[in-house]
Amino acid sequence: MAKNTRKKGLIILANISIILVALIALFPIISLIFSSFIPSSLLMRNGITFSVSMDQISLGNYEFIFTQAAEYWTWYGNSMLISALTIVLSLFFSSMVGYALALYDFKGRNFFFLLVLLILMIPFEILMLPLFQLMINTQLVNTYLAVILPLIVAPIAVFFFRQYALGLPKELMDAARIDGATEYGIFFRIMLPLMGPSLAAMAILLGLMSWNNFLWPLLVLRSNDMFTLPIGLAALLTPYGNNYDILIAGSVMTIIPIVILFLFFQRYFVSGVTMGSVKG
Amino acid sequence: MNTYPNTEAKPKEVTGKSKIMGILNSRKVVPYIFVAPFLISFLVLTLYPAIQGIIMSFQSILPGQVNFIGLENYSRVFNPAFYDAFWNTTIYVVITVIVLTIIPMLLAVALNSKIIYFKAFFRASLFIPALTSTIVGGMIFRLMFSGQETSMANQFIGILGLDPVNWRFNAWSAMFLMTILAAWRWIGVNILYFLAALQTVPEELYEAADIDGASKYQKFIHITVPQLKPIIIFVSTITIINGFRMFEESFVFWEDGSPNHIGLTMVRYIYQEGIQQNDLGFGAALGVILMMIIFIISIIYLILTGSFKKEDA
Repeated sequence: MAKNTRKKGLIILANISIILVALIALFPIISLIFSSFIPSSLLMRNGITFSVSMDQISLGNYEFIFTQAAEYWTWYGNSMLISALTIVLSLFFSSMVGYALALYDFKGRNFFFLLVLLILMIPFEILMLPLFQLMINTQLVNTYLAVILPLIVAPIAVFFFRQYALGLPKELMDAARIDGATEYGIFFRIMLPLMGPSLAAMAILLGLMSWNNFLWPLLVLRSNDMFTLPIGLAALLTPYGNNYDILIAGSVMTIIPIVILFLFFQRYFVSGVTMGSVKG
Repeated sequence: MNTYPNTEAKPKEVTGKSKIMGILNSRKVVPYIFVAPFLISFLVLTLYPAIQGIIMSFQSILPGQVNFIGLENYSRVFNPAFYDAFWNTTIYVVITVIVLTIIPMLLAVALNSKIIYFKAFFRASLFIPALTSTIVGGMIFRLMFSGQETSMANQFIGILGLDPVNWRFNAWSAMFLMTILAAWRWIGVNILYFLAALQTVPEELYEAADIDGASKYQKFIHITVPQLKPIIIFVSTITIINGFRMFEESFVFWEDGSPNHIGLTMVRYIYQEGIQQNDLGFGAALGVILMMIIFIISIIYLILTGSFKKEDA
């Protein structure tokens, strides 16, 4: 009996500590959401603090961001557009490449795959200065295209699609050929739909990568009206802190759509992000 | 789709057209058309900048005036700021590797045991930080760890009887801020790697140990850890490489550069010299050095994981 109660106590203790760890992990996000209802002047003076009284709570930051912060919504639009373009273009090209590397026998196939692995091992930061110079020389600086280009054929997505396509039934391709389908028809009408789950995972990875991308857009985006959300928000991080209203309410609205999507598509987020951390 | 070089003449003729279609649809040609976007992107966005980067590292680059200056950039590399950047990056890498390998491993093992009930909630909560950008996450931490007595961090250590800390302006606390931000964002993701690996550990090993009367601790050290070795190497290597690439955790705390280089990292230094000081040649030389560091680490990784041996077999 004594042993049983001790075991029960241990189980309760273990579960409580696990919940505590989870709450610690969520704590910064919860504080962010709470603080977004605190006037920005108080945030500027006190930082995020435990000593909050209920009468300080107001919707002032949100009122400001919806009525006076046109630039924030420009950044939001830019981020949405850039992420959407990245997802669509990169899914199209990367799935095509991964599919061919997995299911066709052709000369150089192993060489191409080796190149994919090689690019995965080269950190982007090493290439960014020459790439930046290339953008200047081709006058692409401060365009959406410059931001999107490095992700259009994302090696991590190619790798993922190849692994996934390796498991697809090759017999389907032969059957479709007998029925007179073209190779392109086979890919777009038969095989690509079968790659659905991998497309979802990579859409999320690519979307997150471009939504949160920082260093490269910081180099190539030069004017405020072209900024994406992370670049714009980072520009507000000045020691003078006269923009904390946009900064804090804007941060909440940057995270919330992603968290909501995550709650609906957890499985795809998990496979996408665990894949993506290989490439930062 | 039609970018395949067309050497056949007279595309207007019906027979010619179908011939072209035949070539475009042949199984010898199609894979190359599919792979073409990758090849173009590799040539333009990887190979060209890689070569150009090496060339630039031997140049002095001013608008409209590019000169070869031999090894001059490299001779300037080993200066005090570089050592600060290298030192900070190395400490950051060591701390993040320890924190981001050991803590996720322990949490994954705890989570994998049968006595835990809220697994889905726990996994989701620890994963959510990975969805925030470093900039937003860093902004939250910057406000939670701001220097005033009223900030959460200072109120918390006040309870423990410690004096308020000006977090962004001490060397030790600067490193603490950068590492805690990275740890917060990545622990949840690394837990998933360990959880996946734990599913592959054969149950019989634990049963055999039970018969031998092994304690929980002994089972962890002698069964779990050795079985997890491949994933430990994988996670730690990703963390090392991402550590050497670190930039945003530094930028978000010190947007204009940190006092006494307390937040300076390798990539931050490349950015500062190459972009802010507009010294592209010197920045490129720093990039080449960083590449060599990462290359050496990757080789060590491949040796540790035995990847070279596998190819012989």
